[in-house]
Amino acid sequence: MSAENGMSRRAALVKLGVLLNSAVGIFLAVPIVRYLLSPVTRQKKFGYDSWLSLGALDQFPTGQTRLATYRNPLVNDWDGETGNIACWVRRVDDQTFQVFAINCAHLGCPVRWFPQSSLFMCPCHGGAYYQDGSRASGPPERGLFQYRYKIEDGKLLIKAGEMPTPGQPVANKAGGMRTCA
Amino acid sequence: MRLIQKLGNWFDLRLQLGTPIRETAMHRVPRETASWFYVFGSAALTVFMVQLVTGMLLALIYVPSAGEAWNSLQTLNHGISLGWFIRALHGWGSNFMVAIVLIHMVQVFLFGAYKFPRELTWIVGVLLLLVTLGMAFTGQVLRFDQDAYWGLGIGASIASRVPVIGPWAVNLMLGGPIIAGATLSRFFALHVFVVPGLLIAFVGVHLLMVLKLGINEWPMPGRIVRRATYMQEYHELTQKEGVPFVPNAVWKDILFSGFILIAIAVCAIHFGPLWSGWPTGSHDYSDRTTPRLLFFVAVCFALVPAPACRDAHPADWPRHRNHCPHGAPIRRGRRGEELEAQADCRAHGSSDCGGARHPDPLG
Repeated sequence: MSAENGMSRRAALVKLGVLLNSAVGIFLAVPIVRYLLSPVTRQKKFGYDSWLSLGALDQFPTGQTRLATYRNPLVNDWDGETGNIACWVRRVDDQTFQVFAINCAHLGCPVRWFPQSSLFMCPCHGGAYYQDGSRASGPPERGLFQYRYKIEDGKLLIKAGEMPTPGQPVANKAGGMRTCA
Repeated sequence: MRLIQKLGNWFDLRLQLGTPIRETAMHRVPRETASWFYVFGSAALTVFMVQLVTGMLLALIYVPSAGEAWNSLQTLNHGISLGWFIRALHGWGSNFMVAIVLIHMVQVFLFGAYKFPRELTWIVGVLLLLVTLGMAFTGQVLRFDQDAYWGLGIGASIASRVPVIGPWAVNLMLGGPIIAGATLSRFFALHVFVVPGLLIAFVGVHLLMVLKLGINEWPMPGRIVRRATYMQEYHELTQKEGVPFVPNAVWKDILFSGFILIAIAVCAIHFGPLWSGWPTGSHDYSDRTTPRLLFFVAVCFALVPAPACRDAHPADWPRHRNHCPHGAPIRRGRRGEELEAQADCRAHGSSDCGGARHPDPLG
């Protein structure tokens, strides 16, 4: 190429340099974006949806609602107390339970059980739920999230591993975390 | 003095910064802008400097680990000389910065400073407000106490409601399936690297535009901003009636910034560090999550009987506005029924529908 054709040798080299750097930039951007999106793009590992023990059945008297804790299966050594997740267990009769996520279905605040009024109340925005987890009043548009459960060897097991949120498919679909009301 | 002057000249010869700094300091501004209304921008910048310095000091001790973050704050509070004071300065500085940026925005809006040619200055200012709020939220998370934990839960719940990408947004925000160490790590990176980088870049662009385009003049009734003539008019205004920024306008900025610094220090000493007092985690919250005062207002709403159609899905509420699927009417209270009756009456063209003193709130 020459200046007579409208492009000098140096101008062509500048364009070549820009092209080369663009190609390298794209080449480097792909792994960087993949790295940043890894919580989304990676396969859901074992632990997102596991059977976890809440303890022996006799810890949960019939007709009462008790606070229980499980250790999330997908934790690191440095996660500290955040790996211990609380939930509410209601024993309806000998073989029937309801296990509620502690998070309010409105904005995820911790609901608290008031046996005096048989209501779950949320301290953030006043959401209230009946003892069966169905919505009683306040801003939540649904009942409390429920974990699936089973009884095995005299222990209560729940299927858990992921924080329930209103937009989460597993929290809404039938057969996942059941919706109250 | 001669030695200092020699040193100054030596540096100026090499840095070439003396002339632009002098020009910036002496640039002419409209006389009316040397006013107490124009001090909030510089005060926000001053508080930002305080936040930078105190943030760097806190980073010397703070441990960004889910298992240790809360303990490192205990060390700051009780094991380091005046560590509590630096924490308190940073926390209260954050509150003051949000408040001052908001006041600055209101002043700019009311004075019409968003008009030509300062539209981009306004837009960058709005971005600065968002970034400031981002700093406040990410900073609160770093305490990793009960407030931080449940604040993250609220953030995740809001993010999950974003159409289509909601569940992905939650995982991206938390760095995994639950609030844990990965969550704190990414909020630490955001608070210390990403968001401050954006903040510094936006502040630089904002200040550059303020200097290049000038501070907007005091708004006057009838004075219209015309694109064709505004630049010339502003230039004439500053040349004929303007005053140099230093010292005519800057003294109020300096004094107000000083008052703000004193206020932050007084709050820090009197109220201490921002602190919910309990480490993070959902498992032992019951006696530790206390409702705020507004909770009692919310309880009043909670005590209102639920609509008879509470079984209907929220998406179906508009469809069932007047009647439930099984025919039972929704209870709305007497006031609601009155308003609906008035709205129906007006819809039928009647001029005497009652409650005519105010526009139809349902309309």
